[in-house]
Amino acid sequence: MSNVPTDLKFTKSHEWIRVLPEGIAEIGITEHAQQALGDLVFVEVPESGREVSAGDASAVVESVKAASDVYAPVSGEVVEGNAALAETPELINQDPYGSGWLMRIRFSNSAELDSLLDARAYEEQLAGEAH
Amino acid sequence: MPFIPHTAADTRALLDAIGARRLDDLFEEIPAELRAKALTGIPDALNEMEIGRLMAERAAQDGRALSFIGAGAYEHHIPSAVWAIVTRGEFYSAYTPYQAEASQGTLQMIYEYQTMIASLTGLEVSNASLYDGASALAEAALMAVRANRKSKSARILVPCTVNPTYSRVARAIAGNQKLVFEQLPYCTAGGHTIVESLKRYEGQDITALVIQQPNFFGTLEDVDELTDWAHRQNALVIAVVNPTSLGILKAPGKWGGLGVDIACGEGQPLGVPLSSGGPYFGFMTTRMEHVRQMPGRIVGRTVDRDGKPGFTLTLQAREQHIRRGKATSNICTNQGLLMMAGTIYLALIGPAGLAQVASASVTRTHALVDALVSIKGVRTAFNRPRFHEAVLQLDRPAATVLSELAARDILGGYDLSEHFPELGSALLVCATETKTQSDIDAYARALGEVMKSARAA
Repeated sequence: MSNVPTDLKFTKSHEWIRVLPEGIAEIGITEHAQQALGDLVFVEVPESGREVSAGDASAVVESVKAASDVYAPVSGEVVEGNAALAETPELINQDPYGSGWLMRIRFSNSAELDSLLDARAYEEQLAGEAH
Repeated sequence: MPFIPHTAADTRALLDAIGARRLDDLFEEIPAELRAKALTGIPDALNEMEIGRLMAERAAQDGRALSFIGAGAYEHHIPSAVWAIVTRGEFYSAYTPYQAEASQGTLQMIYEYQTMIASLTGLEVSNASLYDGASALAEAALMAVRANRKSKSARILVPCTVNPTYSRVARAIAGNQKLVFEQLPYCTAGGHTIVESLKRYEGQDITALVIQQPNFFGTLEDVDELTDWAHRQNALVIAVVNPTSLGILKAPGKWGGLGVDIACGEGQPLGVPLSSGGPYFGFMTTRMEHVRQMPGRIVGRTVDRDGKPGFTLTLQAREQHIRRGKATSNICTNQGLLMMAGTIYLALIGPAGLAQVASASVTRTHALVDALVSIKGVRTAFNRPRFHEAVLQLDRPAATVLSELAARDILGGYDLSEHFPELGSALLVCATETKTQSDIDAYARALGEVMKSARAA
């Protein structure tokens, strides 16, 4: 069973969300997602200032096997993309919930956070996918 | 194993097993109006003997006319070794491979191709070829929209001096993908794009500027000034170049202060015969910073686990078989043999040989223009430096002159009246290294007769 921190929120499409002070959501992909993708070789993060809606394809993670979109879990303005990933995409493999974060969004509708999965619901989904 | 996997008996057994009466039953849920019907207006099939005879007769109709037509496809000498090697059985597939385990020889050939095209255009990375020059421009425009993250407009500025067929193909392929192509006027004295005419776009959101060098008229553009202008507007620059011309002209990677962002063009002049219009191949190169937005395959050199050098497909993760509808392109295969002809051609003639071909073509074209403008009623349209093509204006309708020349077995040039009616009766003429002085004299003599007979009439 892969690591699912209980202080984070999750999406069905395997993004995690950490709510930071001042209405900022930090977003990355889960341990399960990075394992499924394999070694990441390239990451494209959004430019700061970009307005995104929940569900928009906002970043691309490319492994030796596949290139996948990462969807914005919440609507708002991108305040930062993780620039370190340009040179060291493997941070996502090594530390998916920490230094491998992808983007920070100043969310415009906090109600969207309520519809995200908690750790338990996400674990149940993973258990369901395993069957 | 037989080449056709299912015999009639196999098909019957399969249908019986699932309880279907006929193959068509399997498609019944598709509404009748959506089903493809038999093609109409197609004649009955011919057998090999009949089709061979028909094609030989058609080929004979072309005759062995002396051709002075360029306009995007150029007659150059092709060393016989080129197609002797390309048609070897080991290479004989039109497809650029998908599989990582594809033949090392094919992969090495593509790698050599990429190296030569990147070096020729002065940019860092080349893909493994595209369909042709026109679709390469369409792909370059789509790529520029992905790569220019400062621009939201998807506006591409295309000078009228870009091959009009390329502009049309680019619109057809990319026009429905929300790209906007805007035409730029040209200078009627020089036949080139004037930087000052772009002033009205300053301060606007422009995604990319296309620059063709030499342009469709054969005229040389102010590539440095145009490139720098575009970069000042945060627009990318797409160069459309004739690969032969790069034997003597500045590589697009060196245009202006920063060089272009994408170079593309038609590979046909490099060892591919004219063949009534195709098949040809397109090429495309870019800088490393944009490599992930480039369509198509790339072959890389690496080492295997024993440390031995080998070749492999790289950057496939954004291709159609992995990325589906979000692939950078869905048209990037099929020209393998033509790309290979280009590679062998370049390897055989080398940089000095390419420079010779280019210089000889320029010299022949100057001799041609000098000979033709000495005829009454024939003059050059533009006064700027040119490569191996020139626009001539005539006192008689170009179409009539061309058909009278054709009756003398001379293809006298490309009639510009369809795309450039403002030039009046105008011909685009070309002479490459394949044209001798006596060929040029023959053309001049014939044109002299044709122009004189009109005045007498």
